[in-house]
Amino acid sequence: MFGLTALELARIQFGFTISFHIVFPAITIGLASYLAVLEGLWLWKRDTVYRDLYHFWSTIFAVNFAMGVVSGLVMAYQFGTNWSYFSSFAGSVTGPLLTYEVLTAFFLEAGFLGVMLFGWNKVGPGLHFFATIMVALGTLVSATWILASNSWMQTPQGFEIIDGRVIPVDWLKVIFNPSFPYRLVHMTIAAFLATALFVAASGAWHLLRGRDTPAIRTMVSMAMWMLLVVAPLQVAVGDAHGLNTLKYQPAKIAAMEGHWENKPGEGVPLVLFGWPDMAAETTRYKLEIPRLGSLILTHDWNGQIQGLKEFAPEDRPNSTIVFWSFRIMVGLGFLMLALGLWSVWLRWRGGLYESKLFLRFALLMGPSGLVAILAGWFTTEIGRQPWIVYGVMRTKDAVSNHSALALSATLIVFIVMYIAVFGTGVSYMLKLVGHGPESHGPEPEAHGDELLNQRPARPLSAAPDHLDAPSGAGKGA
Amino acid sequence: MGIDLPIIWAVIIGFGLMMYVIMDGFDLGIGILFPFVKGREDRDTMVNTVAPVWDGNETWLVLGGAALMAAFPLAYAVILSALYLPLVLMLAGLIWRGVAFEFRFKADEAHKPFWDKAFAWGSYIATYFQGVSLGAFINGFVVRDGAFAGGALDWLTPFSLFTGLGLLVAYALLGSTWLIMKTEEQLQQRMIALARPIVIALLVAIMLVSLWTPWLHQRVAERWFTLPNLFFFAPVPILVFATAALILSVLKRSPHAAPFLLSLVLLFLGYSGLAISLWPNIIPPDISIRAAAAPPQSLGFTLVGALFIIPIILAYTAWSYYVFRGKVKAGEGYH
Ligand code: HDD
Ligand code: HEM
Ligand code: HEM
Repeated sequence: MFGLTALELARIQFGFTISFHIVFPAITIGLASYLAVLEGLWLWKRDTVYRDLYHFWSTIFAVNFAMGVVSGLVMAYQFGTNWSYFSSFAGSVTGPLLTYEVLTAFFLEAGFLGVMLFGWNKVGPGLHFFATIMVALGTLVSATWILASNSWMQTPQGFEIIDGRVIPVDWLKVIFNPSFPYRLVHMTIAAFLATALFVAASGAWHLLRGRDTPAIRTMVSMAMWMLLVVAPLQVAVGDAHGLNTLKYQPAKIAAMEGHWENKPGEGVPLVLFGWPDMAAETTRYKLEIPRLGSLILTHDWNGQIQGLKEFAPEDRPNSTIVFWSFRIMVGLGFLMLALGLWSVWLRWRGGLYESKLFLRFALLMGPSGLVAILAGWFTTEIGRQPWIVYGVMRTKDAVSNHSALALSATLIVFIVMYIAVFGTGVSYMLKLVGHGPESHGPEPEAHGDELLNQRPARPLSAAPDHLDAPSGAGKGA
Repeated sequence: MGIDLPIIWAVIIGFGLMMYVIMDGFDLGIGILFPFVKGREDRDTMVNTVAPVWDGNETWLVLGGAALMAAFPLAYAVILSALYLPLVLMLAGLIWRGVAFEFRFKADEAHKPFWDKAFAWGSYIATYFQGVSLGAFINGFVVRDGAFAGGALDWLTPFSLFTGLGLLVAYALLGSTWLIMKTEEQLQQRMIALARPIVIALLVAIMLVSLWTPWLHQRVAERWFTLPNLFFFAPVPILVFATAALILSVLKRSPHAAPFLLSLVLLFLGYSGLAISLWPNIIPPDISIRAAAAPPQSLGFTLVGALFIIPIILAYTAWSYYVFRGKVKAGEGYH
């Protein structure tokens, strides 16, 4: 298809399917913890606002979760179908990690999900809260294992190669490889950020339409506190992550910075913008700040980092892409920081729920967490090329022997199907958001909520049947 | 000799796949039975019987894939790349079926029928290509230098196309008997009426596969039809007939859980027949469990977790089924 080789098609297929997948887990991870907090607050304070918010977000969680499951199912099989040489070479490391993920995380999530979504009146409040916590815990455990696996591919250690395949010798080293702690923290924070931005944007949308209820104010407020705390944290963690990468994958950092060569005795500039040209081995149209690159990366005015020219052409990742994907992520990170700071300013001065400009900015930033996550993954993964296991196995040696024809056919199936299915799913999620949280009345009865009693059980969900039916309660205060 | 890790792992994976077949079998079966039940309310009831548990059921399939990669990376690589096209189709079916669970309640009136169709079609496609993959697996793969060396369409044979049909019938049986257990009145009567021909069809399918396989493969014929094996394995087909007869007879007497439990026995027998035919190979025709095994460091590391965690998983899964026990009434659901 379009003259692409089988290898390129296999990479596009993997990149396409996982880019869809990661969006759902990111929201799943954030929302599951958010729901656990909401339920905890409800049990503790008995304020119905928290219970109403719990029910509102759990319906959205349900739709998102279903899409995370089915898109993840594809991922678990793609290592074998598309990267069979990688699997027979390194499956002895990635296989056990994925198996532990299934055993400790996926089953935990699935086992307690039914009770979480349908069990409100079936089990006691304590047990229901426990189920929610188990689901939230499962999502975090899942992230831990899959990131251990991915980080091992980035910075492999704790293994030997015997008879052409990887033999793990020290599992602690395999799991706690050098990039794992950074990646785990960075990705988990990214999921919380993306969810907070999504929640905040949903609240801002309602406020902008004049639906000013306690529930909506509460969700905007909670999201903004989250943002204020974790956005600066993310910048700091990202900085540490980059320094660590410089140590283990210097070619990736050179590509991210569009840095080709050092001048003797002179520090590295920070290229703000430019166009790295792989063929001409230079970065065109540069806008740079002298020596700032040195200061950030080596904490020294005159420090130097390796330039791309120090690596053989066949060992260089594509700088044009990662230069830009990195800047998109970092730029969005600073915008998130700004949004968080603006929110405290407004809290202090008054007008957090009234300032139109602020609310519009929050609405606009709704998808920015997910965009930053994708940009970050593109930086990480494309920056790892041409290796699939860094320094150990090349991507071109990992791919299965499928013909370009077979890969094109399946790629078309995936593209058409993903856009149709997940496009519809996302539109349903947004409709649910537009519906807004409903108030189920003030009385804090013992988990025998009247309205809930009338609502029939739904597959993986507890949402109203008719999305387009107007919801009476909760709208227009 | 110490503990035989590859054999233990083969048993664990075999167990995981059997759990998958049984558990996702009945919820795929519900999709397969959809075209035979027209009423919206009945269909909602059918879906509600599995709503809280289907995700856990499907997780056994993920475990099968992951554990195969962990314990037998070579088998994972060869089998999955050889079955690339049927597996992609199976995954496509599972995607439509999985989201339809959710979407058929979220859609507006005009689109509900579409998602009902997606649910049924998804179930048919996923099941059929699972069955085709099973047939292709029995047929075996061309392997050279530790990699699949056959063509993209090697899986496409009359035998595998037939095993696809066979699996549709098997899951339909699980689905209908599950619904006999979980529903009442009219819907239950409908399922009892459907179960009868399904049992007979399944019996025919099992017989055909049992004759077709040894006819195609000398090694399988030798396994079953030489002495003293013939003597040892004879109980399997005899039990298959006995169980099928028993199901037919309990169906006549206002049944509850018995048909479902007996169907599980029937599936288990078919499954063990298959294991007898293929043992000890994990990549038919000739790569053995031992030859495809991961290094002991991987097998041992994963085994510790598996032996410790699988019982816990079984316990909380059972608890979840217990919370949602009993008949599901029309329009009422779980609340
Ligand atoms: C940082 C987190 C993260 C990352 C990088 C990935 N996943 Fe994921 N995955 C999750 C976090 C997650 C999750 C939050 O745990 C999900 C989302 C919905 C769910 O059920 O669990 C999930 C679901 C999920 C499922 C369905 C589980 C089920 O049936 O319940 C599978 C099979 C995978 N994933 C496999 C993968 C593979 C093979 C990946 C990499 C190539 C991958 N995931 C990347
Ligand atoms: C979840 C978010 C992720 C995203 C968005 C993502 C994105 C990408 C992209 C865009 C590529 C193509 C790179 C290229 O071909 O130039 C790729 C390749 C790949 N990634 Fe990731 N990735 C993610 C996570 C992971 C994880 C968690 C793993 C491993 C457990 C992983 C393993 C791989 C593999 C095996 C390839 C294919 C070989 C390769 O091209 O390197 N990725 N990914
Ligand atoms: C503004 C400051 C930020 C800095 C300095 C930063 C730094 C980095 C670096 C250096 C990497 C690549 C690491 C590697 O490949 O070895 C990375 C990856 C990544 N970033 Fe950021 N980042 C920042 C903000 C963000 C934000 C706001 C998000 C999302 C909300 C985000 C999400 C990600 C993700 C998902 C990855 C890929 C996974 C990983 O390698 O951790 N980052 N980041």
